[in-house]
Amino acid sequence: MVSEPRKIRIEIDKKSCKRCGICQGLCPQAVYSLAKDGSPEITNPERCTNCRLCDLRCPDFAITLEVLA
Amino acid sequence: MALSYKDYLEQSQLPHMWCPGCGDGIILRAYTEALAELNLAPKDVVTVTGIGCWGKADDYLSTQAFHGTHGRALAFATGIKTANPDLTVVTLMGDGDAVTIGGNHFIHAARRNVNLTAIVTNNYNYGMTGGQYSATTPLESKTTTSPNGVAEPGFDVCFLAEAAGANFVARTTVYHAVALKNLIKEGILHPGFSLVEVISPCPTYFGRFNVHPSPVNMMNWLKEKAIPVQKYRELPLEEQHEHFAVGKLVKKDRPDFYTTYRRINGGKKGAEEGDTNGR
Repeated sequence: MVSEPRKIRIEIDKKSCKRCGICQGLCPQAVYSLAKDGSPEITNPERCTNCRLCDLRCPDFAITLEVLA
Repeated sequence: MALSYKDYLEQSQLPHMWCPGCGDGIILRAYTEALAELNLAPKDVVTVTGIGCWGKADDYLSTQAFHGTHGRALAFATGIKTANPDLTVVTLMGDGDAVTIGGNHFIHAARRNVNLTAIVTNNYNYGMTGGQYSATTPLESKTTTSPNGVAEPGFDVCFLAEAAGANFVARTTVYHAVALKNLIKEGILHPGFSLVEVISPCPTYFGRFNVHPSPVNMMNWLKEKAIPVQKYRELPLEEQHEHFAVGKLVKKDRPDFYTTYRRINGGKKGAEEGDTNGR
């Protein structure tokens, strides 16, 4: 049985983000990396499993995850 | 229409004032998510806060709110809930609010078993006023007012609530974000006084002096310190001192204050009516 990998759209609201690094530091799938200024970048979006931990642990309501059909 | 956590946030007030990596935002997220999952209309929920970093939380909420004086959130909440038993009343207090300046209100709300939920954010210090030690700061921890380490042991907030008679007592951390949301939900649904103590990082003060100033390291520190309650009870005493138990510590069905009051003062009819919404 083959399951299609789900596509997840990740959006980071740069205006709300305070660059604490929690999303990058605690993502179990290493979806994020940090830019030189410490702000998160989505470098491996295809690895996202929609566990939503970054969303729930973001202290600044800056991350939105959306499962695309 | 299903509600989203965003329906409980006052978007015009965001971004909030808390430091980068502060646990308060994570708890606010879990609280609003729990309200959304319970499908409670914002107008039927009263959030009562005191003073401190976490006391600012009501500024960012679209629920009904009451911002009271330092340590008195539970006193105001007791009045609100007793006069309006159909409202869902949740108090948001820090460790300074709940068990330091407001310690007496805390034990008496638990003793009366008032039908409300207290979410106590414990970051082991007074963050807003500059990182002074509070009644939960662990023995020998360094703060701005105890540069050589505090000479007093800290309160165990959950034991305090349990001993005073609370119906539902749980502890978790902001690292355990899903458990946090679920415990808040369960606390709101459980009749009587419910306490959810959330161990939260203060990277700016407590972290910088005692653990690490990095938010990610603080989160991993919480993960290391937290032990599920069944496992915690089997640990040797010296290891228990190094950790804290997380999970549901107490769940019982002692009648809540309103129901007992109506039974004694309102005759048979009053007791049967009780507090109908169970929250």
